[in-house]
Amino acid sequence: MAEQRLEENGLVERLKSAAADLGVPRLIIFAFLAAMVVAAFLLELPIDTLTGNVLTRFGMNGILVLAMIPTMQVGMGPNFGLPLGITCGLVAATLSIELGFAGLQGFLVALSVAIALGAAAGYAYGLLLNKVRGEEMTVGTYFGFSIVSLMSIFWALAPYKSPEMIWPYGGSGLRVTITLQNHFDKILDHFLAFTVFGIDVPTGLLLFFFAACFLLWLFMRSRHGIAMTAVGNNIRFAESVGLNVNRYRLLASTLSGALGAAGIIIYAQSYGFLQLYQAPLFMAFFAVGSILIGGASINHATIKHAVIGTFLFQALLVVSLPVANLVVSENLSEVIRIIITNGIILYALSRRESGGETR
Amino acid sequence: MLSQHVLEMRNIVKEYFGNRVLKGVSLTVDEGEIHSLIGENGAGKSTLMNVLFGMPVIHNTGGFDGEVLFQGNPVQIRSPFEAMELGIGMVHQEFMLLPGFTVSENIKLNREITRPTLLSRFFGRSMNRLDRPAMDADSRRALDSLGLSLDETTRVAGLPVGYKQFVEIARELDKKKTKILVLDEPTAVLTESEADTLLETMERLAQRGISILFITHRLQEVLRVSRGISVLRDGEKVASLDKKDATVDHLAELMVGRALQSVGCKECGDSPASEEILLTVNDLHVAMPGEEVHGISLDIRKGEILGIGGLAGQGKIGIANGIMGLYPARGAVTKSGRPVPLNDTTSALNAGMAFVSEDRRGVGLLLDQSIEMNIAVPAMQSQGKFLKGPFALADDRAIRTHALRLIKELDIRCTGPMQLTRRLSGGNQQKVCIAKALTLEPDLLFVSEPTRGIDVGAKKIVLDLLVKLNRELGVTIVITSSELAELRAVCDRIALIYHGQLEGILAPDASDKDFGIMMAGGIKGTTERKVS
Repeated sequence: MAEQRLEENGLVERLKSAAADLGVPRLIIFAFLAAMVVAAFLLELPIDTLTGNVLTRFGMNGILVLAMIPTMQVGMGPNFGLPLGITCGLVAATLSIELGFAGLQGFLVALSVAIALGAAAGYAYGLLLNKVRGEEMTVGTYFGFSIVSLMSIFWALAPYKSPEMIWPYGGSGLRVTITLQNHFDKILDHFLAFTVFGIDVPTGLLLFFFAACFLLWLFMRSRHGIAMTAVGNNIRFAESVGLNVNRYRLLASTLSGALGAAGIIIYAQSYGFLQLYQAPLFMAFFAVGSILIGGASINHATIKHAVIGTFLFQALLVVSLPVANLVVSENLSEVIRIIITNGIILYALSRRESGGETR
Repeated sequence: MLSQHVLEMRNIVKEYFGNRVLKGVSLTVDEGEIHSLIGENGAGKSTLMNVLFGMPVIHNTGGFDGEVLFQGNPVQIRSPFEAMELGIGMVHQEFMLLPGFTVSENIKLNREITRPTLLSRFFGRSMNRLDRPAMDADSRRALDSLGLSLDETTRVAGLPVGYKQFVEIARELDKKKTKILVLDEPTAVLTESEADTLLETMERLAQRGISILFITHRLQEVLRVSRGISVLRDGEKVASLDKKDATVDHLAELMVGRALQSVGCKECGDSPASEEILLTVNDLHVAMPGEEVHGISLDIRKGEILGIGGLAGQGKIGIANGIMGLYPARGAVTKSGRPVPLNDTTSALNAGMAFVSEDRRGVGLLLDQSIEMNIAVPAMQSQGKFLKGPFALADDRAIRTHALRLIKELDIRCTGPMQLTRRLSGGNQQKVCIAKALTLEPDLLFVSEPTRGIDVGAKKIVLDLLVKLNRELGVTIVITSSELAELRAVCDRIALIYHGQLEGILAPDASDKDFGIMMAGGIKGTTERKVS
């Protein structure tokens, strides 16, 4: 019945429904992005480089944004505790370097250790979140801050020996930034990479991101994924069909931790550096901002939201920063980034929630 | 005027969204009269009181028609505050007390006696100091007038419910203007002896010239204290009588009696009820807040439609919720000879039982998911249906086919299986709930309050559907409902619950009187009273 009706509708109707589907905020952001692109063009900024940057930043941030989906779907809200997963990934990467792995081998070791550590940490974190039901976002934010500080001590004290990573003077403690040049720098970005119209396409990176999207999509459509969504939609419904709510919340937290850890490995290999100490502090906010810009609400997020959101968020940054720097003043980049990120989070949090009964 | 009415309500009509809940009710209360207002749940008692108090819920939904006279003068009561100013006091069913404050502070809340201080000269009255001795003395006087020896400086938190009730009454009495006091089911939460004290207090207050409007379900109490009695049923005042003309039987009949609606699918043939016992419930206790069950034993026969009736708060709702493991329960449940563990929803579902919750939107539905997902998820999660492939992915085609079939069979009015259940009307949401329960292919179906909050036409459709399921598929159905008339129209037997216990089981054609008495805890209520 419904399909028939859709087919009868004209093209205009379909466009209208597609626009409604996308939502007004995204249309505005798209329009803003288009304006920025036009401005960049008029200012004779190198469009091809910018486009290549957008593609790369899209791929490198994507998995961190995917990490938001499980916790949002299960009703715990965006995972503000993402720095936990990120530090796990950083531990895995430093381990891989310390043990002398390089190239593809180094990447795979880092990735698999990251996933294992991230999952374990995510599970433990889930145990904590199950004790603070309803306050996950606040608790997660401060937990994220705490873990970053705690790990700063770890970075300074851990008995790493690799001369590539420790401070050249003193001989102990990890550096703030560690180069991956001799390890797995751009290993995905360069895989099958090609250049078209002057745009560098990081094929491997994009393929990896889309593969991750596909796997998560499959999972969300499985029995457990659907159960997770049911828990997020209505806990009492889930209980009434015999689902163990706490177990699915643990599962979501575990998945999110693993994705966060894997996400930072992907991010680092593309960036070329590992950033330790305070670097992961605000990464959760960029990921949260991205998925919300993509149309997710606090308790409902899909792969589509993550993909659109990551693209919009990164494209906006890549294109608008040089424009703003030229037009207004220099070094606006960080300011604009923070305004956009936090503004979007604020917008999403202030939107009416639609879980259960809406008043 | 010689015999002046303290309160007169004339021809009150109230509609909620086209639904007439008060159809021209009139009521008079004399000075020093205890006037009882009785009726089933949903008869309109609360709405009438909301009108009297000018509650926002009345004025936000278009106001009401009719006239309210207070001490002979027409008044417009636009807010509870105005009602208070006039001298109408209300003691609520749920206590409106601050637990961390003392008794005296609660009694004097927002009417504190204060003294000026240096600061208040500059910053106004809000900087005044509390005159605690004076407040305590006032509270003492109010408590004494109730014959209550409670210390006015103790905190309210931890007081027994009976005392809280008295504190509320003391607060109303302390307002010197109070001319009429409304007590909304004050004895519902009290023990027998506390209730006795309360009734005595009411009589004492009446002698002092304060009128009391007494809302209750307990007919014995009505007969004991009231002078005038008004009976509401379906938004109409069906009787107004003097205490001397009334008996428990007569009141019960007035409260319940109504023409049976023509619900039920008579053409569907005979009930498949047999003598075989399908489910045995033994000494079931359920800790469901507001609907606690205290030891119910019940046999459910194979193929029957069993009704569970009773007034709100008596525990009828708790039974199905307890058996299905949604609220902590103890006792023994046996289905076809096999024990069903309690507090374990999965086991209950696996035993072939399904449940349509009374809380459709809160428990029954995933409001932000499509109709087809709502129908498929329970069966998918508890029985592994609608899955395919090695990774157990959702089988879209099977889900769609199944949903389309049920949408057609149950006549769910929607734009298609992808429509969100939030957008459906109450009746159609209820059908989705039934569809999801049917997908579990149960042989025993619990349905709670199937017609709550849905319009008259849809009510009939839902009830017809349940009867059809019973007749055609042989599903044993247990319907829990506050609407006695609909139970009497479709059930083979009706169990009545009072105070969390089984009061008795009646045939649907038993007399109104029997139903009324059992719902009011009649038989047990009277015997208990004799014993004590």
